[in-house]
Amino acid sequence: MDITLPLLILVIPLFMFLLLGLTGMKMSHKLAGTLGTLGMGTVLVLSYITAFTYFFSGAPEFISQAGDRLQLTVFNVTWLQFSESLVIKLGFLLDPISAMMLIVIPTISFMVHLYSLGYMRDHHGVYEHGFQRFYAFLSLFSFSMLGLVVATNIFQMYIFWELVGASSYLLIGFYYKKPSAVSASKKAFIVTRFADLGFLIGILVLSYYTGTFDFMALTSAPVDGIANVSQVSITTAEGIRNIFETSAAPMFMGASVLTWALVLIFMGGMGKSAMMPLHIWLPDAMEGPTPVSALIHAATMVVAGVYLVARLFPLYLMQEAALDIIVVVGALTAFYAAMVACTQVDIKRVLAFSTISQIAFMMVSLGVARPEFHHGVGYMAGMFHLFTHAMFKALLFLCAGALIHAIGSNDYTAMHGLRKYMPITHITFLIGCLAIAGIIPFAGFFSKDEILTACFGNSTVWYIWMSVVAGLTAFYMFRLYYLIFWWKEHKVHNPEHAPHDQPWTMTLPLVLLAAVSCVAGFVPFGTLVTWNGEPMYAYEGFLTNLKHLDWSVASISLAVAVVAIIIATVMYKKENPLPAKMKNALPALWDWCYHRFYWDELYQFITHKIIFGCISRPIAWFDRHIIDGTMDGLAAVTNKASVAIKGLQSGKVQMYVWFYLAGALLLGAITAICLM
Amino acid sequence: MDISVIYYLVPSLIMFCCGVYGFVTRKNMIAMLISLELMLNSVDINFVVFNRYLFPGQLEGMFFTLFAIAIAAAETALAIAIIINIFRASKNIDVTDITKMKF
Repeated sequence: MDITLPLLILVIPLFMFLLLGLTGMKMSHKLAGTLGTLGMGTVLVLSYITAFTYFFSGAPEFISQAGDRLQLTVFNVTWLQFSESLVIKLGFLLDPISAMMLIVIPTISFMVHLYSLGYMRDHHGVYEHGFQRFYAFLSLFSFSMLGLVVATNIFQMYIFWELVGASSYLLIGFYYKKPSAVSASKKAFIVTRFADLGFLIGILVLSYYTGTFDFMALTSAPVDGIANVSQVSITTAEGIRNIFETSAAPMFMGASVLTWALVLIFMGGMGKSAMMPLHIWLPDAMEGPTPVSALIHAATMVVAGVYLVARLFPLYLMQEAALDIIVVVGALTAFYAAMVACTQVDIKRVLAFSTISQIAFMMVSLGVARPEFHHGVGYMAGMFHLFTHAMFKALLFLCAGALIHAIGSNDYTAMHGLRKYMPITHITFLIGCLAIAGIIPFAGFFSKDEILTACFGNSTVWYIWMSVVAGLTAFYMFRLYYLIFWWKEHKVHNPEHAPHDQPWTMTLPLVLLAAVSCVAGFVPFGTLVTWNGEPMYAYEGFLTNLKHLDWSVASISLAVAVVAIIIATVMYKKENPLPAKMKNALPALWDWCYHRFYWDELYQFITHKIIFGCISRPIAWFDRHIIDGTMDGLAAVTNKASVAIKGLQSGKVQMYVWFYLAGALLLGAITAICLM
Repeated sequence: MDISVIYYLVPSLIMFCCGVYGFVTRKNMIAMLISLELMLNSVDINFVVFNRYLFPGQLEGMFFTLFAIAIAAAETALAIAIIINIFRASKNIDVTDITKMKF
């Protein structure tokens, strides 16, 4: 494959970042926004060409004769060389999941670029302060995220991993004059940094034993006859496991070193993907502008953890203990976040917890995937859900942005009954809700159904558990939907400024994403993205996915979703005392959910009382009194001595000569005495 | 006709001591400069003498002296220039009055 397109996909956003970042303030707002959007549009076209070439051209470097999808290293250049073996490369890897992400990221990013043209200005059309900076950061984020997904080695992934973290930090803190935004950005950065510490240690352990950072060397075997092409191979992963098992100390604290490495790497993913207990940053990250929440904290960056596990999936298969940990963490997180989402008042918070819950779905799906069961359907389902979730969750967030922009508040209590005023937002939001609830034929139905099938194949417990969470998902989404658009008549304070749909730059992305959410479920993922590239079934036209549905699972999940929606309808469609009654029936549960099970308070206690009080304060005291004291003492002694002897520099030249003469004679005398 | 080295060194020493004495006692900067020249010249004489007696047939000492004379000339010019500027500024070249360059 030609190197130009892949290179351009990475270079254009970086160039736009530099251009807008360095010269943006000299440009008009409109020019900067248009340039950023056009740049992203170009990337969108190029990525689509690349991804479609990969999936559908059928060239021998993309698909083997047996029909398996291959991994192509388009380029891989040495970036840093420390020694013979410690080499850090930067490259571009094209395989099913990176090609899929090449569709997801530019699509959402472009929609957000377009949407922000309308969102980042007030009702009079005046642009927000720092509009150009906003576009520069969006480009930086797109560059980093694209670099992350096409990484050829785990270290490149780590570099871009940190870059997306940094750009997320910059964008959460975009309203840097608002203290809550500043502390939210700090929180996001610190929590993910803490997780990345685990990630780094995991990388180091893994590469110390295997001597490589390269994904191909860890999980794949080269294909004979074609340069730079390899195929996922369980044999290679087994070889890696053998390296660990035959090493000098294969066990560490009761678990194999490879398990430790994989769990530590997963810890990095937990931080980025907001898995419990490292989820606390994501709800606060909603302080950023809403398009940023849609792009970074719903569709792309937060799925990086899922992507990481998928990337190293053959290695995880070697250590099922690590996969079991992923399932447990994911399942607990999914349930927890769904419970919390049922009680939140801030619509962005509901969506944030819904995001956490849905990402946990993907994690569970990867965790339960085993090649023995339906060709590893869990892997495919996780990736499928990543794809569909990115579309409908970005849609929901952008709808939320339109609502917030129209109402000027994040609170649903200020909304209620908006359906007549904002019809486009209403319909698109409803489509998003149907998609996430898993109603046929919207996108979420297919992917969630595959996930539940995969859970069923692993254990009934997880199947029931995740079905309950799926029901909760449908419930809290429709609760939100009814509370925003129904419940009671909207109180219009000023008839001349009644809420209304937003300009086309904001509604067009909504309509496009809604359309995608309607049809994305029909993408025949089983033929495109599987854990080892081998298609699960043949492509049989537009309805391939429907034909391969496991109807026993699908009908149950559909029934659960419908029941949940009916309950939500009964409770929230019209104003009634039922929700308040339920709240009063179980006040403790409601309180815990509303306060997010007091996780933030727990962290506050641990960091402030224990870490700051018992560790940081004594260290600060030592620093201030012992280390600073020593330095201050040295300075004080020098100072006093100088003051005492400064009279010697009198400015009288002949005094100096006398001293000099006396000194010279003294030295001469001493020399003479010594020589005698 | 063989003159002992002592006949050269003693006048040179006397010159040097005169120079030192003049440098520390005179208050006029021109006089101090002249004393300085006196010290330099006595050292030049020493160079020549030791070169002549210790390494006859070689010329390093002589050349060193020549360089010293040239540099002394330049240095004198510089010193005179400084002194003239000081005189312009304060109408005075008494070294005891020029005490600005202290702590």
